[in-house]
Amino acid sequence: MRILLIEDDRDAAAYQVKAFRETGHTIDHAADGVTGYDLAYEGGYDVLIVDRMLPKMDGLSLISGLRAQHNETPALILSALGQVDDRVKGLRAGGDDYLTKPYAFSELLARVEALARRRPKGAPEDTVYRVGELTLDRLSHKVTRASEEIALQPREFRLLEYLMQNAGKVVTRTMLLEHVWDYHFDPQTNVIDVHVSRLRAKIDRDFDAQLIHTVRGAGYMIRDPAR
Amino acid sequence: MTPLARSLRSTAFRLTLAIFGFGAIGAAIVLGLVAFQVIKLVNDETKQTISAEAESLLEEYEAGGLRRLARTLSTRARSPSGALYLLTDAAGEPLMGNVSQLPPTLNQDAGFGETPYQDSGGAARRRALARVYRLPNGFRLLIGHDLGDRARIGGVMVRTLAVSLVFFAGLAALGALFVARRVLRRIDAMNRSAHAIMAGDLAERLPVSGSGDELDRLAGGLNQMLGRIGELMTGLREVSDNIAHDLRTPLTRLRNHAEEALRGGADECKSRAALTRTIEESDELIRVFDALLMIARAEAGADRSGVARLDLSELVASVAELYEPVAEEKGFALRVNAAPHLSLEGRRELIGQALANLVDNALKYGAAPPGEARPSEISIEARSEGENIVVEVADRGPGVPAEDRDRVLDRFVRLESARTRAGSGLGLSLVAAVAHLHGGALRLEDNAPGLRVRLTFPASPT
Repeated sequence: MRILLIEDDRDAAAYQVKAFRETGHTIDHAADGVTGYDLAYEGGYDVLIVDRMLPKMDGLSLISGLRAQHNETPALILSALGQVDDRVKGLRAGGDDYLTKPYAFSELLARVEALARRRPKGAPEDTVYRVGELTLDRLSHKVTRASEEIALQPREFRLLEYLMQNAGKVVTRTMLLEHVWDYHFDPQTNVIDVHVSRLRAKIDRDFDAQLIHTVRGAGYMIRDPAR
Repeated sequence: MTPLARSLRSTAFRLTLAIFGFGAIGAAIVLGLVAFQVIKLVNDETKQTISAEAESLLEEYEAGGLRRLARTLSTRARSPSGALYLLTDAAGEPLMGNVSQLPPTLNQDAGFGETPYQDSGGAARRRALARVYRLPNGFRLLIGHDLGDRARIGGVMVRTLAVSLVFFAGLAALGALFVARRVLRRIDAMNRSAHAIMAGDLAERLPVSGSGDELDRLAGGLNQMLGRIGELMTGLREVSDNIAHDLRTPLTRLRNHAEEALRGGADECKSRAALTRTIEESDELIRVFDALLMIARAEAGADRSGVARLDLSELVASVAELYEPVAEEKGFALRVNAAPHLSLEGRRELIGQALANLVDNALKYGAAPPGEARPSEISIEARSEGENIVVEVADRGPGVPAEDRDRVLDRFVRLESARTRAGSGLGLSLVAAVAHLHGGALRLEDNAPGLRVRLTFPASPT
């Protein structure tokens, strides 16, 4: 995956570049808004990571400028401004995701990977997700594993749907809260863990192969055991 | 600005000028109109007198000829009535009368005219209204009347104007004095208070006289504004004091863990564990920081962005659903009883966070004390009560003693019994701030046994 990081804090940028390279990604770095815009405009990147406050051109203008030029490269906004209004502004400017500083690298990585997998806007979504012998039909809301139907609560269904949409990739607890519950606040306790373990009980309990995995210090992942 | 320039610019001086100017113009107009009417009246009467006299003299002439006319004229000319006569021959040579010669400006039969004249006695030049008549024999007869009365009336008018101008000047000065003493002094006092406030004395308020006039209303409004600003400033100062104080503790722990990791040296297990704790500690610090920021923003209020109509019933159900598995795992029975379609104006994120904090608190501290037979239970209720929407989260735990119920709403306050457990002491502060932001209230009550937290929102925004 080719990533462009536009960030003026040299230390933070150096750390991220190193960390993304260690996870096997290609990453370029621009230290100001104008350089970043030029690089992004030339294209070829799968994801942009854009700091909100940048010299020469701020992050939101950069993204809305790219969108005006029909450049639809997914963009994740990094910002020290973490209020709901701030993130709404960021998404309105054309950003695809919003992450408040400070953050864990695992969170950034998971979100960037989720963005890179995104289909181009307008492309049809799969109606059926498959992970190994587990099938989820998004239209009929039917979930089967090895031709055995599994009854799920509506929220459990959406949880599984989001995990399967990101099959093979880490999904963090905050991503689950945001996408499955549409919550942008802190639930204090480990509520997500309990929901996932309930889902896991229904999906994995009667089978030998585990599909839903806990990734320590990061989140969860659903994965085909055969691969 | 020099003192003179300042007094010239002052409202009192301008007011003086204005009162004086308008008064003077008004007096001049009134007196001018009166003078015009009086002069017209005097002129008309004089003309009538002259015409009547001419008529009677011509009758004399017709009855008794020139001789009789002359006799009458000489009698009349001597009487001090202000009447003027002059009889001339056809060439204009004066024959008799009390005027020395025929004024050249008055042609015969040209009607009435004003003219200067010299009476035959003295050298004084006076003015008269006169008319020249032609006798049938070609002689001319001037009949006129002295205008001294008219001049005297004019003089009276001018003197009256002068007196009234003096009067208006006095009135203007009095008016200015009134304004200066009553109004400007108060404005100056307000201005001094404003400067004191700008200089940092935030407790200073604008003076209110108690008369309830416009200036009082203005001062009252500004004082309310100052009060609100003062509250916000105090709140801000408290927050920063608390942040400074309470972030030191976790920061110290963070530093300790980092040092421990360094000391761990060769033992990788030890240093890894210390590093993990460092990260956990910094995450906790960020949570505290976020919560503080959220509280500060909610308490500051004002910002209306993000406010929308939301379905509280749906939000309550969704928060309950989020916590239901955790409650079950911890052995709580979670009961939800929300009336449908409770709608209110607010920020979904903040109200959601407030509800989450309440349920989370109930889960943390609301377990039935060990050794008691009652089951752990959390009940969430939402209903409409008159003008308000009420959300209650109640548990069957140990409760909060009545004397602590206000205190636990303050930032970072944790009761002794809770100190051993994880938490920042910010949960209820945030709920209180959110309630306040939405014009509502937060109250802690006895659930006998247990704690009941009652959150009230106005159904329509205030």
